[in-house]
Amino acid sequence: MSNRFESVQEVREGLKRVNYLADEGIAGVAYLADRLGKPVLIEGPAGTGKTQLAKSVAELTGARLIRLQCYEGLDESKALYEWNYKKQLLRIQADKGSDGWSEIHDDIFGSEFLLTRPLLEAITAEEPVVLLIDEVDRVEVETEALLLEILSEYQVSIPELGTITANQIPLVFLTSNNTRELSEALKRRCLFLHVDYPQLEREKEIVLTKVEGITDALADQIARIVRSIRQLDLKKAPSVSETLDWARTLVLLGIENIDAEKAKETLHVLLKYQTDIAKAAKELSND
Amino acid sequence: MLDLLSGFIVELRNAGLPVSLTENLDAMEAIMHIPLEDREAFKYALGATLVKNHSHWRSFETVFEVYFSLRGPEYAIDGTGEGNADLDEFMRQMQNLQGQGEGKGGGTMDGLTPEELMNILMNALMNGDQAMMRALAKQAVQRFAGMEPGRPVGGTYYLYRTLRNLDLDGMIDKLMEASRQQVGGELTNLEERLERDEYQDRIEKFKQEVEAEIRRRLVADRGAEAMAKTLRKPLPEDVEFMHASRDEMQHLKKALQPLTRKLAARLARKRRHGRKGPLDFRNTVRHSLAYGGVPAEPKFKYPRPAKPELIVVADISGSVAAFARFTLMLVYAISNQFSKVRAFVFIDGIDEVTEYFKKTEDISEAIHRINTEADVIWVDGHSDYGHAFEVFWDKWGKEISPKSTVMLLGDARNNYHASQSWVVKEMRAKARHVYWLNPEPKSYWNTGDSIVGEYGTFTDGVYECRNLRQLEAFVEKLA
Repeated sequence: MSNRFESVQEVREGLKRVNYLADEGIAGVAYLADRLGKPVLIEGPAGTGKTQLAKSVAELTGARLIRLQCYEGLDESKALYEWNYKKQLLRIQADKGSDGWSEIHDDIFGSEFLLTRPLLEAITAEEPVVLLIDEVDRVEVETEALLLEILSEYQVSIPELGTITANQIPLVFLTSNNTRELSEALKRRCLFLHVDYPQLEREKEIVLTKVEGITDALADQIARIVRSIRQLDLKKAPSVSETLDWARTLVLLGIENIDAEKAKETLHVLLKYQTDIAKAAKELSND
Repeated sequence: MLDLLSGFIVELRNAGLPVSLTENLDAMEAIMHIPLEDREAFKYALGATLVKNHSHWRSFETVFEVYFSLRGPEYAIDGTGEGNADLDEFMRQMQNLQGQGEGKGGGTMDGLTPEELMNILMNALMNGDQAMMRALAKQAVQRFAGMEPGRPVGGTYYLYRTLRNLDLDGMIDKLMEASRQQVGGELTNLEERLERDEYQDRIEKFKQEVEAEIRRRLVADRGAEAMAKTLRKPLPEDVEFMHASRDEMQHLKKALQPLTRKLAARLARKRRHGRKGPLDFRNTVRHSLAYGGVPAEPKFKYPRPAKPELIVVADISGSVAAFARFTLMLVYAISNQFSKVRAFVFIDGIDEVTEYFKKTEDISEAIHRINTEADVIWVDGHSDYGHAFEVFWDKWGKEISPKSTVMLLGDARNNYHASQSWVVKEMRAKARHVYWLNPEPKSYWNTGDSIVGEYGTFTDGVYECRNLRQLEAFVEKLA
């Protein structure tokens, strides 16, 4: 199997080209995922670019992104495959009386009657794909087991058809908001990546690349204020996406230089709880 | 390399990280794809394959530093203290400095006076000069830590000595002063705060450099295995409440938040997915209309177990205060899993603090108010369980109902006062359950003035809750 990336550095630069600023850890794990052919489990606070990483890698490698959004109650027929029973019924009725039972039986359980769902689709795809299993912590523990076969062997077993093995090993990303402990079995099969709030310099760079028409000085100020706010004991610390929203707001308002007053007026973009806003406003205005 | 790596993994397991065999193999495979001289990439490769829980990352980092600190070109260590690697680096640094006209002394750093060293450090911190800070950390350790080979002293001792000599707290004020001068006038509040945060961040980095330097020297002296043993830190969920350092408390607090989220999700799920109930006839008939009156889709009544009402009575005297705080935090963080939560705190007097939690969304603020405002001292401020229970029974005893679950928190060290354990007995007769949580290790129970056994006989169970893991297990059972 040919590798997608030559070096960690290449991953990092490539991601930068598609406007995703990866740090050493993120690029390193993405590189390893390709080399080892293992899925990556991405964990971290909401809004730090977990899902975006998968999208960016797909963009970088020119692969198709197949996304499975997890939710409670997700089952086999939504995640893996389902028999198209309506079509099967039609087939049986169309042939009424002509064929023997065994022929029909063999026929209606062919791949023609199989509805592929995201996981199976990723396996059977001919072209390169990136599979994103989003918010995997939302499914029940039992459903998690569905993923195990595909994650370790890159194959799906269908009782009537046999085992379908992947043509090529797709890059797989799983994201989790850590609302519950994932099973050991799942964790063992994955590389683990924790995406945290970015360092000051990286956040500034992110703001600079993602927000149009922002000055260097303003981006610097934004990153530093956000860092100060994150150090407070808040219900929900501002995420990167909220930082970006805030930066865009400031640009739209034509603010060049943030002072305490302006910061207070726009804090509600950054923080989503009234108590947090009050606390931050208090902290910012008097030291 | 292989030996080193397996030693490393054994140490990780010793530190309490669950590393399975497959993960071990993955790690071996992963490092084959990584250029070994790239230390960061190497670290992340090991981290991604071996550490599957973010709260374990800190332990992993410590072990990693110990085992791989001597590798990598920029970390070359001079065994004698005056070797050439350091010297060369210093020379280069110094020349750079002189070129910029910022440095004072010439030659090597060894010849500098402490004042000059401080000045250079201040400059480095001002400019955020990483390489310079690293070199300075080396120099500071060499000069101030007074490390002697073979001396059985922990790294913290050396760290303390070095930092005391550097006076970093004073440094921040000086830095602030300097930046004020740079601007030429007063900074606004906001600017001042940002500057301060920035410098604090840099000083923190510098401290880490110093710490790493000390660790490197210790490892060189004693070998990785011995070092790892002394540095071994318990995982946050295994830290004992009663003996947690301030630093560990911070980490505990951080660990508490995701834990409560998980616990709440788990409890809610548990409540929803109960046993199947009997057929819900009415609902089934209603749904049969969609199938022309054929009851094709049977509906069941799902039992909705009543949420328990919780009464927490906590000892908040010095020795067990931390435990009480954490339990209250945890209970309130998942308070929507209970129909009602009431909290009482005592030392030798008792006071209700439910109101504090109601008024604010911020749990830590409520805890702070408990510490400052609650009226818990009756005579001398030494724990008196007997008196506290008696007053509780007089004032609030009638509010205990068959729905309520009572949690008593404390080490039951009663300072030889009367136990008044009949109160607990009465409580149990009225309440659904009475539990006692004791933060002390089981082996200490009923020693000295601890009378947990006497109270325990009247409760539905006494539980040892020394760390987050045990506390979590208990709370899950409760709801």
